[in-house]
Amino acid sequence: MVVGAALCVISGLPALAGSRAARATPVLLVAGALAGLTGSAIGLVTGPTVFGLPWRVPGGAFLIRVDALSAFFAAPVFLLAGAGALYAQRYWPTTRMRSAYVRAFFGLLTGALALVMTAGNTIFFLAAWEVVAGASFFLIATEHEQAQTRSAGWIFLAASHVATLALFAIVAILHGLTRTWAFAPLPAGAAALPAGSAVLWLALVAFGIKAGLMPFHVWLPGAHAAAPSHVSAVLSGVVIKMGIYGLVRVLSLFDAVPATFGATLLLAGIGSSVLGVAFALAQHDLKRLLAYHSIENIGIIVTGLGIGVLAQARGEPLLALLGYAGALLHVWNHSLFKSLLFFSAGAAIHSVHTREIDRMGGLAKRMPWTAAAFATGAVAIAGLPPLNGFVSEWLLYYAGFTSITSSAPGGPALLVLLVVPALALTGALALACFVKAFGAVFLGSPRTSAAENAREAPRSMLLAMVPLVLGCAAIGLLPATLAPILGPAVHGAAPGIEPAGKIVALLRPIQTAAAVLAAIAAAAALMLFASARRAVSAVTWDCAYGAPTSRMQYTGSSLARGFLGFFAWAMRPIVHAPRTWTLFPSAAKFETHVPDTALDWVLLPAMRAGQRLLRLARYLQRGRMQLYLLYLGATLVALLAWSAR
Amino acid sequence: MTAGLHILLVLLAAPLLPGVITKTKARVAGRSGPPLLQPYYDMAKLLRKGTVLSSTTTWVFLLAPAVAVVVPVLASLFLPLAGTRSPIAFSGDAILFVYLFALSRFCTTAAALDTGSAFEGMGAARELTFAALAEPALFFGLLALARISRSLSLSSLLAVGGAGWRHASAALVLIVASWFIVLLAENSRVPFDDPNTHLELTMIHEVMVLDHSGPAFGLILYGSALKLFVFSTLIAAVLLPRTGIPLTDAAATLGAVLLLGVVIGLVESGMARLRLVRVPQLLVTASLIAGFAVVLVLR
Repeated sequence: MVVGAALCVISGLPALAGSRAARATPVLLVAGALAGLTGSAIGLVTGPTVFGLPWRVPGGAFLIRVDALSAFFAAPVFLLAGAGALYAQRYWPTTRMRSAYVRAFFGLLTGALALVMTAGNTIFFLAAWEVVAGASFFLIATEHEQAQTRSAGWIFLAASHVATLALFAIVAILHGLTRTWAFAPLPAGAAALPAGSAVLWLALVAFGIKAGLMPFHVWLPGAHAAAPSHVSAVLSGVVIKMGIYGLVRVLSLFDAVPATFGATLLLAGIGSSVLGVAFALAQHDLKRLLAYHSIENIGIIVTGLGIGVLAQARGEPLLALLGYAGALLHVWNHSLFKSLLFFSAGAAIHSVHTREIDRMGGLAKRMPWTAAAFATGAVAIAGLPPLNGFVSEWLLYYAGFTSITSSAPGGPALLVLLVVPALALTGALALACFVKAFGAVFLGSPRTSAAENAREAPRSMLLAMVPLVLGCAAIGLLPATLAPILGPAVHGAAPGIEPAGKIVALLRPIQTAAAVLAAIAAAAALMLFASARRAVSAVTWDCAYGAPTSRMQYTGSSLARGFLGFFAWAMRPIVHAPRTWTLFPSAAKFETHVPDTALDWVLLPAMRAGQRLLRLARYLQRGRMQLYLLYLGATLVALLAWSAR
Repeated sequence: MTAGLHILLVLLAAPLLPGVITKTKARVAGRSGPPLLQPYYDMAKLLRKGTVLSSTTTWVFLLAPAVAVVVPVLASLFLPLAGTRSPIAFSGDAILFVYLFALSRFCTTAAALDTGSAFEGMGAARELTFAALAEPALFFGLLALARISRSLSLSSLLAVGGAGWRHASAALVLIVASWFIVLLAENSRVPFDDPNTHLELTMIHEVMVLDHSGPAFGLILYGSALKLFVFSTLIAAVLLPRTGIPLTDAAATLGAVLLLGVVIGLVESGMARLRLVRVPQLLVTASLIAGFAVVLVLR
């Protein structure tokens, strides 16, 4: 594990040295990824292992502690580091300088991420956390000549610093409670103390910002859209999981967490998932659409954690197990299918040179392998059987159904019940959104000449998608074999519950059903393909109109328009529609745009108001040395007076 | 044995249901109508025909009909049709049941977009919008039934039987009402969609399959008959008491399903299609009805 992280960190250095040495970068990264994955596998099977190096920072220790939880979260980091290295080979054929820049920071990012997930010391955790934030900022700002990219980078940096501020407070309070800088279990009943509850709520803010939970998600869509695609995949696949990891780690330190905190997590998760997918439906930019889906999936994960915490507080072990297992499995699943989607979307964007969904179309004929990869990711993220997204969502649904059948004193946990309709709505909307994305980008006929001339992605990019597709299929078809991995991780997150056997018993029938479904559907499809081999080719039927053009196709925006109405209260779409009153209207233009409500309607106005307020402070700043000396003198005198009091 | 009877019944009897609906509508209108077995003749004819494929389409286009047939057959295996137990039953299969139909929806709407036609895209958009509203209603009903039967497997969850009707009759009536609306929406029946219209602009399901022909179209017709049969069985299972004898139960279910077909035919004869803007309101009403059933059983 350590070797893997170290190899990732240094992998970018040869790229800085020169173009010939740059070839070593992917080799080092893939080697690091393999070493790290082996380390994670060992960490999941064996007990906690500790590795230390001397580090001369007061309170800090270069301490790496790999337990099941760390290994579980670190595994996708290494997988994506390796796949990203392969993908980036041909993705970035611009100037040498810039390619070296991306490679250097990509290696640093993935290496530091692995350290965040395995840090055994809070100061070391903070240091690695900041390295990740810095490296992410530079990667997001890769195309810094575009104003949009710069603003996305600055918003990310600002949000990241707010999170770090809260994190500093958490670390200080934890030290105050445990008298050690290591991640140590808090004394019994800590959650009831004011300091303990402060830790919990600060953790919700700090890790909520990092994870992109709904009210704190403002940085996420812009940053994911601006970064190069393999960086978006890592940002969405694992960097935001840093927040989930932190939340789970802090929760695991408490012996009991109050039910109100669980309920808050649950409601925040539900809000985040429903609104995240609603915003995603309204996007015109393929990468922004995927970014909003990250918010949705983080919402699903946090919902699962909320179920776990709530059920533990009420003393329902089966429900807690379902919540934690669903949440943690969804962490892996989201890493797999979201990075797959970013990789394949990036390949499409790379060959059409636009991110606008409605300027693509018909790419399945031109890039069949990329289309198949995107379709796999789409089915998985929509939570459909027989792929992996279904398994984790099934566990959460099962929790909702279990809560209504259980006859615990005080009746079923009503909040957990809410999960079922919320997930149903989220799932149906996600399905619609990915039919829109897949249909408008890959199906139909090309909408522009750029889409018409698209070429299949280079082989190295396709190769990077292979492990991800296999991962999606493996978890979907063989979920029961996953239980030995999931069991220790759940145990690490919530030491109170004993999972392993129950998960296997639950998942086995799902596994059989998925296999049967896949087998029969494949057989039926093959028979149909065979029967259609002698088919006559003709033009699409357009009500007897013989020459349909690609501009007559239904667009992705039109497909989503029906949904926009339901969520107009939250999304506030800006519509510029022409008014056609005459019989022969002249040429007109129709435009819709959905700004991010939290950013454009709440946060930015608040910031502007704050700026106006702070303008008063500018009065002090005159730019004259004498005045500053006077301030210094006055402060000294004031301090002296205060200490002599 | 029971499983064999189950599968045979589903595969053979499904196309009878659209026949019954058409016949009912014809009788109400004072016509004699096409023969009861007309859907069988149509499918047999289509399976023998050649295929015309749009040059825009890809593999997605042919995958959809295959999935549309496989999904309802597989889903039917979770339902108790002949006897008290369904051929496949496990805790939590109710969730898989709903998601199987979601998979089929993904494939059919993607296939509609695959043709690059304006009309088929419009149909796909409607199908997706309405299904998103129908799904919560289905889940609310399942939640209420899970509470009544204390079970998470469709096999025992649907078979509430006499005891269920004595203790929670109000909730069950609400569930059946809500699910009947869902059945009409999911299967594109009259207040939502008119399967008889031939105006592409107003259709949902029929417009999505404009470009399918030959065996593929035959499979789509068969798939939609199967889907209607499965949803009708779902409602019939809640309504019917069980004897435990496979043949008797199978006959009773078939009778109830066909009777439901007559009811659908009567509904279709009695009312016109709703305006598209009214459709979401009816579906939200269905969700609220089922949600109220959940509130009732939680008392």
